[in-house]
Amino acid sequence: MSADPLTRPDTARRRPAWHVATVAELAPETPTAARLVLDVPTWPGNDAGAHLDVRLTAPDGYQATRSYSIASSGETSRVVLAVDEVPDGEVSPFLVRELRPGDQLELHGPLGAFFVWQPSRDDRPVQLIAGGSGVVPLYAMAASHAAAADPAPFRLLYSVRTPRHVFFADELAALVGPAFDLDLAYTREAPDGRQGDIGRITKDTLAARTIPAARRPQVFVCGPTGFVEAVASWLRALGHAAADIRTERFGGT
Amino acid sequence: MSFVTRGFSGRARERDPRLPPGQTLVQDWPVLSAGPTPRIDTAEWEFVIRDETGADHRWSWDELLALGVEDITADIHCVTHWSKLEMPWRGVSVDKLFENVESQYDYVMAHSYGGYTTNVPLEDLLDGRAWIAIEADGEPLDPEHGGPARLLVPHLYFWKSAKWVRGLVMMPDDDPGFWEQNGYHLRGDPWKEERYW
Ligand SMILES: Cc1cc2nc3c(=O)[nH]c(=O)nc-3n(C[C@H](O)[C@H](O)[C@H](O)COP(=O)(O)OP(=O)(O)OC[C@H]3O[C@@H](n4cnc5c(N)ncnc54)[C@H](O)[C@@H]3O)c2cc1C
Repeated sequence: MSADPLTRPDTARRRPAWHVATVAELAPETPTAARLVLDVPTWPGNDAGAHLDVRLTAPDGYQATRSYSIASSGETSRVVLAVDEVPDGEVSPFLVRELRPGDQLELHGPLGAFFVWQPSRDDRPVQLIAGGSGVVPLYAMAASHAAAADPAPFRLLYSVRTPRHVFFADELAALVGPAFDLDLAYTREAPDGRQGDIGRITKDTLAARTIPAARRPQVFVCGPTGFVEAVASWLRALGHAAADIRTERFGGT
Repeated sequence: MSFVTRGFSGRARERDPRLPPGQTLVQDWPVLSAGPTPRIDTAEWEFVIRDETGADHRWSWDELLALGVEDITADIHCVTHWSKLEMPWRGVSVDKLFENVESQYDYVMAHSYGGYTTNVPLEDLLDGRAWIAIEADGEPLDPEHGGPARLLVPHLYFWKSAKWVRGLVMMPDDDPGFWEQNGYHLRGDPWKEERYW
């Protein structure tokens, strides 16, 4: 059997462990999502793109655990999450609507050593492709890329319902520059004057608005499972090697 | 160290004793993969067991099916905290594949189309506890879920049930596979919550 084409990032791994977080700040992120800023004094830091598990416990001992990507990265005890409310969900409506500053949460992490980006000092381009809340780990990568002044050209294609549903809208706009391109694709409503562009991402969108396969970008795709499945298969059809495409599927359809 | 989360009551529930700790029952079937979904034609599919002499034991798709496909009912537990109970599967027992394979080695690296690997002790694959699964819920296994064939080792966390499986390589030691190098536990017993290391 041939050699394993999938190599892991050469990183000194931060071992996942349980941590107690205190909610420092809460703010609406979009009409359906909230940003959670958590103080986690024991947090070991995390690579851009990593996630963690949040565990909630009811008075009778019942527990529910869900994974959330981390919007922050590096050596910090401030951990930022952005949670979109899934209607009738068990955990996300609680995090978005019931949580208050000062509340404590149990976290387990950091998790995920594959869907991460580290400053590389090579100039291999990086294409990020997000659907909805799937932008969270990709925003962490783009912010980490800017903070490190990494030379690799970055481009983010971000599919979102309306301009009001853009996560980290101001932060992403501020990152745009010679080494970072931002392409927003609206599925329901575009900013004034762009109504012609509305629609779901297709293979043609990818061909027109992402770094071409010929430049061998490292591609990160994140979002609802159906979105990731469709995008990843179009990327293969457009000539990207499977080993160049890393995916994170958030669930749903 | 667990404490009650202020304001959280959770969904109405009766905890099913078949659910290992930290797992939530789901009705749908979530997908966990690290990359694009490979699509493999059964006409080209092949399964290989490589022993310590380097000898390959090979089966085509039809040869695999000819070993005998059994009905299986299994509870499956994903490391990302969801479980499905009483899931109907069909597949070929790994015991059948090892009938004519002699090996002194105690460990196996499962290899998949697409390059993924996961390590499993041989004893976890034998004695009617593991299959090469080709159907789930009465349908041919969907590529998203590892079709045309995936390993099915339901007593371990589900990443050990390698999707798109194409072979097993005998190993003297329990070397970590792709998922284990990326932080998942070497063995992955859901009842002991062996999720990460
Ligand atoms: C690695 C990883 C990282 C994640 N990061 C984030 C993140 O940064 N922000 C974020 O908001 N979410 C993220 N998620 C999704 C998150 O873990 C939960 O699945 C989501 O919050 C729904 O949980 P819930 O308890 O509210 O819904 P549940 O009670 O679990 O589900 C209710 C219903 O919604 C469906 N459903 C579950 N998840 C989704 C989904 N993501 N989209 C649409 N329908 C869904 C279920 O199939 C079910 O039918 C991530 C998931 C993974 C695996």
